[in-house]
Order: sequence, then structure tokens, then C-alpha cells
Amino acid sequence: MSLAKITTITGKAVTVPGNDIDTDRIIPARFMKCITFDGLGEFLFYDVRKNADGSNKAHPMNEPKYKDATILLSGANFGCGSSREHAPQAIQKHGFKAVVAEGFAEIFFGNCTTLGIPCFTAAREDIAKISAAVEANPALEVTLDVANQEIRFGNQRVKASVRDTARDALVNGRWDAIAELIEGLPAMNTCAATLPYLAK
Amino acid sequence: MAQSLFDKVWNAHTVRNLANGQTQLLIGTHLIHEVTSPQAFGMVRDLKLNVQMPHRTFATVDHIVPTDKFLEPFADPLADAMIKELRKNCADFGITFFDRSTGKQGIVHIVGPEQGITQPGTTIACGDSHTSTHGAFGAIAFGIGTTQIRDVLATQTMALGRLKVRRINVNGKLRPGVYAKDVILHIIRVLGVNGGTGFAYEYGGEVFDRFTMEERMTVCNMSIEGGARAGYVNPDETTFAYLKGKPYSPKGAAWDAAVASWKAVASDPGCHYDDVVTINASEIAPTVTWGINPGQGISITEKIPDPKTATSVDEKSSIEEALAYMKLAPGSAIKGTKIDVAFLGSCTNGRLSDFQEVAKYLKGKKVAPGVKAIAVPGSQGVGLLCAELGIDRVFREAGFEWRDAGCSMCLAMNPDKLVGDQLCASSSNRNFKGRQGSPTGRTILMSPLMVAAAAITGTVADAREVFNVSSN
Repeated sequence: MSLAKITTITGKAVTVPGNDIDTDRIIPARFMKCITFDGLGEFLFYDVRKNADGSNKAHPMNEPKYKDATILLSGANFGCGSSREHAPQAIQKHGFKAVVAEGFAEIFFGNCTTLGIPCFTAAREDIAKISAAVEANPALEVTLDVANQEIRFGNQRVKASVRDTARDALVNGRWDAIAELIEGLPAMNTCAATLPYLAK
Repeated sequence: MAQSLFDKVWNAHTVRNLANGQTQLLIGTHLIHEVTSPQAFGMVRDLKLNVQMPHRTFATVDHIVPTDKFLEPFADPLADAMIKELRKNCADFGITFFDRSTGKQGIVHIVGPEQGITQPGTTIACGDSHTSTHGAFGAIAFGIGTTQIRDVLATQTMALGRLKVRRINVNGKLRPGVYAKDVILHIIRVLGVNGGTGFAYEYGGEVFDRFTMEERMTVCNMSIEGGARAGYVNPDETTFAYLKGKPYSPKGAAWDAAVASWKAVASDPGCHYDDVVTINASEIAPTVTWGINPGQGISITEKIPDPKTATSVDEKSSIEEALAYMKLAPGSAIKGTKIDVAFLGSCTNGRLSDFQEVAKYLKGKKVAPGVKAIAVPGSQGVGLLCAELGIDRVFREAGFEWRDAGCSMCLAMNPDKLVGDQLCASSSNRNFKGRQGSPTGRTILMSPLMVAAAAITGTVADAREVFNVSSN
């Protein structure tokens, strides 16, 4: 299985402001009643984007000028809460290719990386600079550089990091670990033989 | 060299180092349920792979099961499709399924321990963030995503970066009316909802030494709400006594060997911790949340925070957002806030001791008019024990609806949901916006006895006053 090497991502951006945006907010639990991930994209941030009657609330993602955004900007501790992969799946199926935030919850970060969605950590003031530039010009192209750990937009550039293990996995095209894990099966069996509780 | 339990278990389960610096970690016990596993089985089939260790994979159904009707098919066709899919996947791959007909069904984090599947020194993964519960036994247990479920199904391993370890000591003695739930709400309040990012929490100290297994589970359960992917307690005689004689516990000579190895896996005296935090038990009060994340908690006697007294712009805006959603007034008492629903259950507080403790005080009391109160045992096993002890009757006579086992209103994937902006006094683990099934529904997290006090008074109340609690 050969995977894309994810080195840079260029696209328009949208800011969903706030800290501690949890996975229940990203995808409410009632939309997890499914046996595939198909169609989850339309339910992304559903309850903060939509009223009970299905009409739109004021939300950045409802603004037509941001509808082609592929980069999601947010605050601290993004993706906290449940381990549901439905959250990054909804983000990806909605069309986002990367997330930039002040920080990420652990399980969410791992789920994103496994799907080839880079999660960039950047300083608040730098995210604010990108947000301001995007607000001034929603068509602005923003480039996230995974390998060089920076974000470029207009004539500006800011530092942004992707954790070493994730960066290596993304730029070398091994973000989905299954091939490597299968390769390690003989070693797994050796290890398992040392653990009595795994015996049949 | 002195090692922590985390180091010992991690090292024993390290298959190899991966190219990106992560570890290929052997997952000895894989727990699955209906919500996060179907897509993983789909991926296994698409890739023409197989389930590597079906004998180490255990399934149950919890999130979507109705708790008021046992009959199938479920009224909700989506929920019905999910349970059927899990049955098919378990049958196809030879996986043990604690289905509803077995009498052993329940919330996955309650079933694992009560079956004796959860054991010290093991690694446990499940597609559910509250898998940290199993750490109470001295296991390294954590939640994973669906693609990682595929990895564990197909290879019994996953790629993971090593966590740091923070030792959290809670010393001294808890005051009367203060419970394990208050301990973890207090820890999260002190360390923050993301304070544990990158860490496993090792809980210890006099309070944990005295805690029962069920109390340890309540604390470990909510480690993830503090950002810590895993939380554990070193195994001791309390752990071994709990496991003795459980269906999946080792028997005979194997039991003695297992206990010896479990003793050896506990953290060595003097081992290195990346951080140490010490909390005085006497400072912990019955704690309730006032906001929209589990770190937004206060003692029942404290006032709701006022954004005007916030020490940072961030704190100010988070208080404002939370109070606007919760419809609570800054600076006012949380005590006395009118509630609509009382929910007692969940993987945090749905065990026998939770119902037993409440039943002690509930006799002769009645749920306040207009309050919907539901008690949902975490497993069929818990339900059965409650019935044997007459606990279900105490709840029913007080005006609670006594239900069948499941996750129920903790995340409301089944028919148990808040309506509109109802306010729920809840023994569950998350007070996120919309968590309990209504996009405007409101949740106040608290201990089981505090839920009962709220149910009876119709308001957020101090259980110590309501029930005249003088000693635990």
C-alpha cells in the first residue's frame, strides 16, 4: 500500500474560534449511528452551525466566502473528549485537509495523523495573524509546510510545528501504519509468547 | 533501575520501534462495541486481512441499546443495524460477544472488570476514550480511533508514542460525603482539561490505597477528561481480592503465578516520574460542574464564577461562553439551581457500589415533582446484583425509573435524551454542549449521591445536608 507523501498543503482557510472544542461539538453523537463513515461531512459542527429546524446559525463555516476552505484554524485543546474517529472523518469528508490550532487532544491528534490530516500547532498570535489575513481576503492562499514546519500566507510566514513522529509519518508517506504493523507480525508473535495472559 | 508500572508494561509489550520513532505496541486485550468497530471490520475485509487474536478480542453492545425495552428489533432502524452488524462481525471472526441474551452485556468498561478480563500488567485498547477506566487494575488502557481498531484487529498491535508519567498523590482522608467522583473532578479542576496531554496519570497516596476497585475505576475513567490518555493505580491486595474467582481470572496454580507477576509490575519505590502532584484529601469538597467542560467545577458551597474576576482574557471568554450556554448567573450560588432530569449511571458511576451507596440514603425519600429521574445500571450483572439486594426497589419506590443496562443518557445515542434546554444532574463524565442528546441540553456533573440529592430536592443540592451525611 503506497501512501501519498504529505509535505505541503495549500488552500483557503477558515477560523472556527474557541478553546476546548470537543468531539461532541465536531460531530454530535446522534450522527454516529452508522456503520460507514460516508456522509459524515455534512454533519460537521452540526449543532453550532444549524438551528433545530435545519436553518443556518451565524457560524464562519456557513459563510459563502469560506465555503472552499480546506484549512481549519482554531484554539487550544482542539478535539478533546471522545475517541470517535467520526470527528476527523467528518472534518476530512467536509473537505478539510489540515487543522492548525494552539494545541490538540491526544487521541484526536493520532486519529488525524492516521488519516493523513496534518495537525499543526502554532502560537496564538500567529494563528491570529493568519485569521486576520484570511478575514481580510478569504481567497488568500495559505501554505502549510509540514517538512519545514512553517505556514506561509501573503508575504508573511509563521512557525508551526507538527510533532516529530507525525511529521516523519506524513512526509515519508507512512501515516497509515498498517503496512509496517503487518511487517512486524513475526516480532509481535515473539513478544506475545513472553506474555502468559495471551495464551489460548 | 527502578521503573514505573507504565515503563514495565510498555517495555513488556514493545514489539519494535517504528521508522517514525513510535513504538509498535502489543495490545493484549481488545474490547470492542457497536459504535466505533463496524467501519474497522469493513477496513479489515477491504484489505483482505483477518482478526489476529479473536481469543483476546471481546465485544459488547452499550451505546445504542434502549434501556426501557428489551425486545428487538429496536425502534430505531439505525441502532438496529448497528447491533446486527456487531453480531455478524463477531460471528464471522470468532469473537466472544457479551450480547444482551447472555446476561453479561453492559457498558464495555464495566463488563471487562466484572468478567475478570481486565487484569494488571496488561495493555488494553478500545475504541472509546473512557478505556482509561481499566487502568484501575494496573493495566495500561487507552482509547483509540477506528483505524487503530483495524490495526489492533488485524495485527494485535498499534503504533503509539510513549507517554510521560505524572504521579498524582491524594493523601489524608476524604471528608464525609466526598466520593471518588469528587476526587477526579477536583483533580481535573486543579490540573485543567488539557493538563494531562502527553501523560499517563499514576494515582496513588493514602486515599487510593484505601479506595475500593470501583472507586479507583471512577477516577481512572475520567483521566481523559483531564487530557491524560491513560490513568492507573498500582495493583495491590484490593485488586487481587476483586479479581479472585472472576470468570476470566486465572485459576489454580495459574492464579498464584499471576498474582506474583502482578505484584512485580507495580511501580518500584524511587522510580522516575516526569511530574509529581500532591493533593490534600481534606481540601476536596462535593464538586459540581457549572460550565461546558469537566474542568469547570466548583465546590457545592462556592459561587458560580464571574467573568469580571477572571485573571485572563481566555478565562473571561470561556466563563462567558459557558454561562451563556448553561443559563447560569455569574456570582450566584450553584446550590438551589432548579433541575429537570437526574441521571444515575454511566461507565463513571454505574457500578453496584454507586447504587448501593445511594440506596442507603434514598429509603423513604421521593423524587421531587416534575423531575425525571432515571437509574441505569452499567451492566446486566450490576442490575442483577441490585435486584438481589433489593436496591432496584428502593430506587423505584423513591420515584426513579429503573432501567436496563447501557450508556443511556451519558451520550444519548439511545432514546434517553434531554429535551430542549433541560438541566440534568448527572453522574456521567461529560458536560459538553449537546452531550446528553439535545443541542441545547445542559449537564451538571456530580457524584451519585449528589444526583440523588438533586432528584429529591429538584435542585442542585448539598447531599450532606439533604441526607444528613455525617460519615462515609
